[in-house]
Amino acid sequence: MSQRELAIRAEGLVKHFKDVKAVDGVDLEVPAGTVYGVLGPNGAGKTTTVRMLATLLRPDAGSATVFGRDLVGDAASVRSQVSLTGQYASLDEDLTGFENLVLLSRLYGYAKPASRDRAGDLLEAFGLSNAGGKQVKAYSGGMRRRLDIAASIIVTPKLLFLDEPTTGLDPRSRNQVWDVVRTIVGEGTTVLLTTQYLEEADQLASRIAVIDTGRVIAEGTPGQLKSSVGAGSIRVRLHHADQRDHARQVLVEALAGEVALDDDPVALTARLAPGQDTAVQGSHALGELARAGVLVDDFSLGQPSLDEVFLALTGRVDA
Amino acid sequence: MTVTQTTTKSDADAPAPVEREHLRRLLATGERPAPPSAFTSARAFAWRSMLKIKHVPEQAFDILLFPIMMLLMFTYLFGGAIAGGTGDYLQFLLPGIMVMSIVMTTMYTGMSVNIDINKGVSDRFRTLPIWRAAPMVGYLLADVFRYAAAGAVMFGTGLVMGYRPEGGAAGVLLGVGLLLVFCFAFSWLWTWLGLITRSEKTVMSISMSIMFPLTFLSNIMVDPSTMPGWLQPVVENTPISQLVDGVRGLFDGNVDSGSVATTLIWSAGFIAVFGFLTIRAYNRK
Repeated sequence: MSQRELAIRAEGLVKHFKDVKAVDGVDLEVPAGTVYGVLGPNGAGKTTTVRMLATLLRPDAGSATVFGRDLVGDAASVRSQVSLTGQYASLDEDLTGFENLVLLSRLYGYAKPASRDRAGDLLEAFGLSNAGGKQVKAYSGGMRRRLDIAASIIVTPKLLFLDEPTTGLDPRSRNQVWDVVRTIVGEGTTVLLTTQYLEEADQLASRIAVIDTGRVIAEGTPGQLKSSVGAGSIRVRLHHADQRDHARQVLVEALAGEVALDDDPVALTARLAPGQDTAVQGSHALGELARAGVLVDDFSLGQPSLDEVFLALTGRVDA
Repeated sequence: MTVTQTTTKSDADAPAPVEREHLRRLLATGERPAPPSAFTSARAFAWRSMLKIKHVPEQAFDILLFPIMMLLMFTYLFGGAIAGGTGDYLQFLLPGIMVMSIVMTTMYTGMSVNIDINKGVSDRFRTLPIWRAAPMVGYLLADVFRYAAAGAVMFGTGLVMGYRPEGGAAGVLLGVGLLLVFCFAFSWLWTWLGLITRSEKTVMSISMSIMFPLTFLSNIMVDPSTMPGWLQPVVENTPISQLVDGVRGLFDGNVDSGSVATTLIWSAGFIAVFGFLTIRAYNRK
C-alpha cells in the first residue's frame, strides 16, 4: 500500500480532568483529503480529543502531528492550518452574522474592504444573506451551524474539525450540513467529524474510529465496521395478526436468520445475514412474504444502530 | 373539481438553500492573507467591543450613569458635613471621585472576559493564528474609550455644578490621560481574574472586595491628615491615592510630579505582572 499523506497522526493522547480520564490513550491516523468520522456516545472523549488536536487543550501525555507539525511544540503553525466548528456555536451572539464574519476575516488578515466582501460572499453561499443583519442570538440552530461553518472556511483550512455538526438539527438542516461537508472535502480539505450517529458517519466518512471511555475501540471503513457488528434487520407489520406465525416461517426460510416476535402483536423483526447487501435481502424477504400470501401493512429496513455497534463492541447497552 | 392551492406561509427568516457552486468557488480561491499584525488584531477586537455597545446600549448607560450618580451623591450629601460647604468640597472632590468611579468600572472588563471564555466564541479566537494577547488588548482599548466618555460626562457635570479647574484645559487633558493609562494597566488584574475564576458572579464578588477597600482607603473623599496617625502612611501610599494626587495636581494646576511618576511606575508594574499572568492563564485554558 502506498504511503498516503497523513493529516493527523496521534499516538497515545491522554487528558485527565481531576480524577476523570476523559481521553485515555487515543491513537488516530487520518489520511489527508478524506472525511474521518469519530463515533461515540456522549462523554466518550470525542470533544476532548478534538480540542487537543485543535490546540485548545494541552495533552497530558502522548503526541500528535497535524500535517507533520507537532501539536504542542509548533502550535502556532498547526493553528494556521486548522479550523474548528465546536459543538456549541463558536460565534459572538451579540453581533450580527455579517459582523461576525467581518471580524473573523479581519483576524485572518483580510484588509477591511476585502473582509466585507468575503463576509458577504460567504453569507450568500450559505443561504444566509437575508439574516446577515440580524444578531446571531436570533438565529435558529440550523442557521447558527451554517454560519459557524462559514466562519471556519473564511480561509480554506487544510483540516477542518466539526464537532457534532448535526446534533439537534432537523433533518432538512442536517442534509444541508452534509452537503456542505461533501463540498468542502471535495475541494481538498480534510474533515474530522465527530458524531453520535452511525448513519452520519456512514454517509460522510471514508474511515471511522469508534471511541468509548476515552479509547478507540474499533477503527475501519464503514463497511468493515458494520460487518464486524453484524447486519441490519427488517421489521414488518402485518395486516392480520393471525398470519404472524406463517410470516415467521417464511422469513426464517428466506433469510436463514433469527426472527423475533415483537411486543406489537402484528409485528416481527428478522435479522439480515452479515456481509450481504441489505437492500437485496430486504426486497427478497418482502417478495417471499407476498408470494406466501402474507399481507404487509408497513415495513422498515434498518442498519445496525449505534446501540448495536456498542453492544457488539463493548458488551454494554448504555450507549 | 376544484383544486385548492395552499400557499405555505414562508418564514422570511428561513435560510435559503446552500449554494454549492458558490461555496465551491469560495473554497477554491485558496487565498491566504498574511496573518494580521498585533495592532490590527487588537483593533479588530476593539471594534467588536464597540459593536457590542451598539447592540447592547444598556451597558454604556451603566458606565455613564454611575459616575454622575456618585458625583451628585457625594457632593450634595457629604459636602456639607466634610468640608462645610458643597462648593469647596466639589473643588476637592471632583478629581478623586472621577478616579474612583472610573477605576471601579474597570471591573466590568473581568466579567466580559469571563463571559467570553465560558462561551464557544473564545474557542474560535484561540484557534486563530493571531497575537495571543489581542482579544484582551482589544477589550481594554474599547474600555479606555468608554472611560474617556465617562470622564467627559463627569467633567461636564462638574462644570455645570460649579467646578473650575485651575490647571486649565491642558491640565485636565493630562489628568484624564494619566487616569486612562492607569485604568488600562490596572485592568490586567481583572482580565486575569476573569480567566481564572469559574463564573462572572465570582469575578464580581472578588472585584468588589478588592475595589471597595482600595478606593475608600484613599484621599478621594477626605484629607488623610484627618485620619489616625498609623493609618496615614498606608492611605497616602496606595496606588489609588497616588493616582488621585497626580490627577488632582494636574487639574488644580500645581503638578505633583512625584505622584505622577509613582502612578506611571505602578501602571508599568500592573501591566508587567498581571499582563504576564493573563497571557499565561489564557494559554493554559
